[in-house]
Amino acid sequence: MPNHLTLSGLAASLARRDVSAREATQACLDQIARVDGQIHAFIRHDGADALAQADAADLALAAGATHAQKPLLGIPIAIKDVLAVQGQPLQCGSKILGEFVSPYDATVIEKLKAAGAIVFGRLNMDEFAMGSSTENSAFGVTRNPWDLSRIPGGSSGGSAAAVAADECLASLGTDTGGSIRQPAALCGCVGLKPTYGRVSRYGLVAFASSLDQIGPFTKDVRDAATLLGVMSGVDPRDSTSVPQPVPDYTAGLTGDIRGLKLGLPKEYLIGGLDPEVKAAVDAAVKHYAQLGAEIVEISLPHTDYAIATYYIIATAEASANLARFDGIRYGLRMEGSDPTELYRRTRGAGFGAEVKRRIILGTYVLSSGYHDAYYLRAQKVRTLIRNDFLKAFETVDAILTPTTPTAAFKIGEKSDDPLQMYLSDIFTISCNLAGICGMSLPCGFTQSPRLPIGLQLLGKPFGEETLLKIAHAYEQSTGWHREKPRLSPG
Amino acid sequence: MAAAEINVQYVANLARLALTPDEEKKLSAQLGGILGYIEKLKELDVTGVEPTAHAVPLVNVTRADEVRPSLSHEDALRNAPRQAGGLFLVPKIVE
Repeated sequence: MPNHLTLSGLAASLARRDVSAREATQACLDQIARVDGQIHAFIRHDGADALAQADAADLALAAGATHAQKPLLGIPIAIKDVLAVQGQPLQCGSKILGEFVSPYDATVIEKLKAAGAIVFGRLNMDEFAMGSSTENSAFGVTRNPWDLSRIPGGSSGGSAAAVAADECLASLGTDTGGSIRQPAALCGCVGLKPTYGRVSRYGLVAFASSLDQIGPFTKDVRDAATLLGVMSGVDPRDSTSVPQPVPDYTAGLTGDIRGLKLGLPKEYLIGGLDPEVKAAVDAAVKHYAQLGAEIVEISLPHTDYAIATYYIIATAEASANLARFDGIRYGLRMEGSDPTELYRRTRGAGFGAEVKRRIILGTYVLSSGYHDAYYLRAQKVRTLIRNDFLKAFETVDAILTPTTPTAAFKIGEKSDDPLQMYLSDIFTISCNLAGICGMSLPCGFTQSPRLPIGLQLLGKPFGEETLLKIAHAYEQSTGWHREKPRLSPG
Repeated sequence: MAAAEINVQYVANLARLALTPDEEKKLSAQLGGILGYIEKLKELDVTGVEPTAHAVPLVNVTRADEVRPSLSHEDALRNAPRQAGGLFLVPKIVE
């Protein structure tokens, strides 16, 4: 079944004409029809449009186009519902966008299309990417393919579940405080958050502009390297994108990591760390030592302040970004006798509970008399957190941690306690505040039930090449990524 | 350290967000807990520390002042909830 292949595996099959892009796309659509009724990774998808793109890819292949020229030619890739795809609906998992249809492509979508990808589907997410479980979507919860009673993580839960369930070859998600790495860990796939500024955010609906990055979900590390190479680069339409050359990320995947130094932050041995997660990560550390890496204990002394810092900066930026959803230019409108009443009613009816909570918190920390005490202070603590990492990277090439303190939790388990939900992001949040790159890859399973465990690697700013090399060496010598969930039709 | 109280009604008005009395009550309790947690930042001495706005410092990002393609009038209005005569329609603003 071509939908079970990796991106590089399908590219090779397409090149040999073992399979056509139409057959591969149809296999994804068949898998969605078979399993997505239970998983609900997709809010919606346009099968006819995907097949039309596949036919165009088959024509290009027949005319002699190669994957050397177009690395994603004929590869079906699904998209989180927060990225603009021209002519496709965009809801951000919210009611407030109504029947919005994107008038243009995000830069990453342009790049994927130029590389030949079949871009399809709208993947479920926490509303406006605010959440860690994909329970905050206006379009229903997404379930973890490994255990349907559990959450897939979030906010990019649909992106992770769709890759884990072989409903697409790869997907795109976004990561503001862990929203790629955490669901990748909980669903057993590879997820990468690039360095801030590595990938253009043009066409991404902003949540927290100084933290958001777009990144890939894939079935192995090589595919993440391929996709990142296509997505990266400076963009005149995003003035925060950084003019840094884009290397060939697959070139460094040699398996040889001898002499590289990996740091273990002592602050990450927290009380809430599940013993099975700890055991899996400890085993990964031993494995790295056997591969010839040098393991070094390091300190990131401001770790304990990261979540508080994050929930000030992220909510403050969100409260400003979400001001644009006011019922005037697009989306839902609840009429009012004057503009203020229209705004209040539209926003009250259109936003869900978590988004309202964050808008109120963000508005409060920016309001007159509180800005310096909260927002400015948080930006200063952010500097301290970033300096911790830059200092650590003077002695190590990458940092190893668990991606999450526990495996996937039950649906509903934390949905009434926002603070507990926020605290589950403890290992992923610092990376966004520091603006560095990070990824999660599978490193084992819990016993009963059998749930994936993620290993997080954190790298230097623009250190994706080294990070991918380190991840690839572990993956290829262990093979956890080849395990698949058992899915029954329904 | 005692958390500051959020006057949810006042802040919701700043945010142009209509809340039901039930939502106000629930938010008030939850935000009290979250603010209490956030108070821990006050333990740190940040004297002389520069704030971080962009993790990778960039300065003076400019571009040439050239006419470039942008959304057509029609595309810009396509998602409007109400429009008339090529304009977004809004409630009366000035008496």
